[in-house]
Amino acid sequence: MAYDKFTILRSTAVPLPTENVDTDQIIPARFLKATEREGFGDNLFRDWRYDVEGNPKKDFVLNDPTYSGKILLAGKNFGSGSSREHAVWAIYDYGFRCVVSSFFADIFKNNCLNIGVLPVTVSAEFADKLFAAIQADPKTEIEVNLPEQKVKLLTTGEFESFDINEYKKDNMQNGFDDIDYLLNMSSEIDAFAASR
Amino acid sequence: MEKTTLFDKIWDSHVVKSVPAGPDVFFIDKHFIHEVTSPVAFLNLEKRGIGVKNPSRTVATPDHNVPTVDQDKTIKDKLSRMQVERLRENCAKYGIELHDLGSAHHGIVHVIGPELGITQPGMTIVCGDSHTSTHGAFGAIAFGIGTSEVEMVLATQCIMQSKAKKMRISVNGTLGPGVTSKDIILYIISKISAAGATGYFVEYAGSAIQSLSMEARMTICNMSIEMGARGGLIAPDETTFNYLKGKQYAPKGADWDKAVAYWKTLKTDEGAVFDKELVFEAADIEPMITYGTNPGMGIKITENIPSTAGMEGSNKTSYLKSLEYMGFAPGESVKGKPVDYVFVGSCTNGRIEDIRSVAQFVKGHKKADNITAWIVPGSKEVEKMAHEEGLVKILEEAGFVLRQPGCSACLAMNDDRIPSGKYAVSTSNRNFEGRQGPGARTMLASPLTVAAVAITGCITDPREVFAN
Repeated sequence: MAYDKFTILRSTAVPLPTENVDTDQIIPARFLKATEREGFGDNLFRDWRYDVEGNPKKDFVLNDPTYSGKILLAGKNFGSGSSREHAVWAIYDYGFRCVVSSFFADIFKNNCLNIGVLPVTVSAEFADKLFAAIQADPKTEIEVNLPEQKVKLLTTGEFESFDINEYKKDNMQNGFDDIDYLLNMSSEIDAFAASR
Repeated sequence: MEKTTLFDKIWDSHVVKSVPAGPDVFFIDKHFIHEVTSPVAFLNLEKRGIGVKNPSRTVATPDHNVPTVDQDKTIKDKLSRMQVERLRENCAKYGIELHDLGSAHHGIVHVIGPELGITQPGMTIVCGDSHTSTHGAFGAIAFGIGTSEVEMVLATQCIMQSKAKKMRISVNGTLGPGVTSKDIILYIISKISAAGATGYFVEYAGSAIQSLSMEARMTICNMSIEMGARGGLIAPDETTFNYLKGKQYAPKGADWDKAVAYWKTLKTDEGAVFDKELVFEAADIEPMITYGTNPGMGIKITENIPSTAGMEGSNKTSYLKSLEYMGFAPGESVKGKPVDYVFVGSCTNGRIEDIRSVAQFVKGHKKADNITAWIVPGSKEVEKMAHEEGLVKILEEAGFVLRQPGCSACLAMNDDRIPSGKYAVSTSNRNFEGRQGPGARTMLASPLTVAAVAITGCITDPREVFAN
């Protein structure tokens, strides 16, 4: 369904350098039992965020008031495992609009683009630079500029370009989703199906 | 003529249109749905005021959250019950074939698709579940999708996908005794890591792959996603055709001959180029087990857990965090470590051959006292065969508890959970933190290894048990 348009996002970021964060960590399977898309943000990183009694774990970054923002700065191979889109719903619902990592799992990345969370892949070196900057000053702002396809460290002006295909970029900038596109080519799809 | 791969042949023939500087509009032949990833897709269709374009191309079954006891009764868990009921309502409303709880072909979606002959060579198959790659064993392009894409397929029979890069993984030679297809795939993932095939679609080839049964091939393709691959596939051959012949939804009569003639064309041309090629020797593969919290963290049972030598930064931190969760130390051996649970089941290893191999192994023996042993058939059909072949009796005499079909303890959405801190050796596909229940410690292995562990009560090389 339609989502908020994404153009330029300036925000502080929440750092989570752990590698190979799978979608079972982002949202454990036992929280997938909804029949509507609501309330997933409450269970984002549930088992890292809360203990068995439901008390916040102090050492987890989402519980640390030092860090906040609309950008999640994540470790390598983020979003591996299950195809559950609920993982991205949880990220969006919590308030993140962009995930920056040096490496994303494939299905997760697609799911992000489909619901309006921008996945930005940067080099490992630039990711390290961003982590270091946030560690040094949690108020460090990052600018994610979709039209120019650039992610910039606002304190120093250092930036890196990122890839996104023109079609998905256009969708993100306008808040369109794929179904709008597919429904518009219904007759072409019918002709294709008939020819098979 | 241009030399193309099996993947190219199937992909290219399903592209309705290539969007300039964008993805392909990709036509889907078969769509499987289940109760967990479909309800929001149906809800969105309603919000948009549109229906299901071609209900005959979608097949449904509830599998992820269902209880594995008392399936004839109302589901106790309210949220699970609501999801299953919503699936029933949606299937009835749109005329979608449903294999409901208790019916003859209920089961895990990736078990029943092949079993019914719905899965066929040359098809494009998707499902809101990453283990859809299982169906690639038949020479189909099959992969997992998110709920937005489930909605796309329901609404338009297409999704928008960029074509993946191509990788071929060849495994040549003959497997040693006690080594199974599960060990092949755990070995490959341990070599290339849990992200080693991200961005690729993998074709498995080589004599060791060709010699496998369909069920063993499904185990391999099933875990393609565990190395990050979009999917995996194997060229169809006589083994494939023999498996499909006579299945309920397989073509019959003249249609069968026509289908087989087409299926025989589905192979990679000699000289076709892959973006990446990897070659392994079957003789190098031994019974495998995972020791960490992603499927790439696997070793031969005879090996020690890797030390931290050469690791630094977040790589080392993540590794130590993982071992701490598992209660293991770098450099130590896992052999002889006590285990609490064994689980035989899932879309990876919940088929009749898996249950046969466990039953054959444990026949005349008893499980160790410290072990709780669960066996969960992948489908009603598998359950039925297990009864008819006397396997259930053998397993129950050995102290295993047989449960009803479903995804069960693979992802612990129902009550089949491993308690916090306990060790489970499991035939499933993921050893992520909390995958089998909060705090549960999962070690992935083959059904044979799981059988050996059940008998000895600790991590055991199956080749050392009942060496006769």
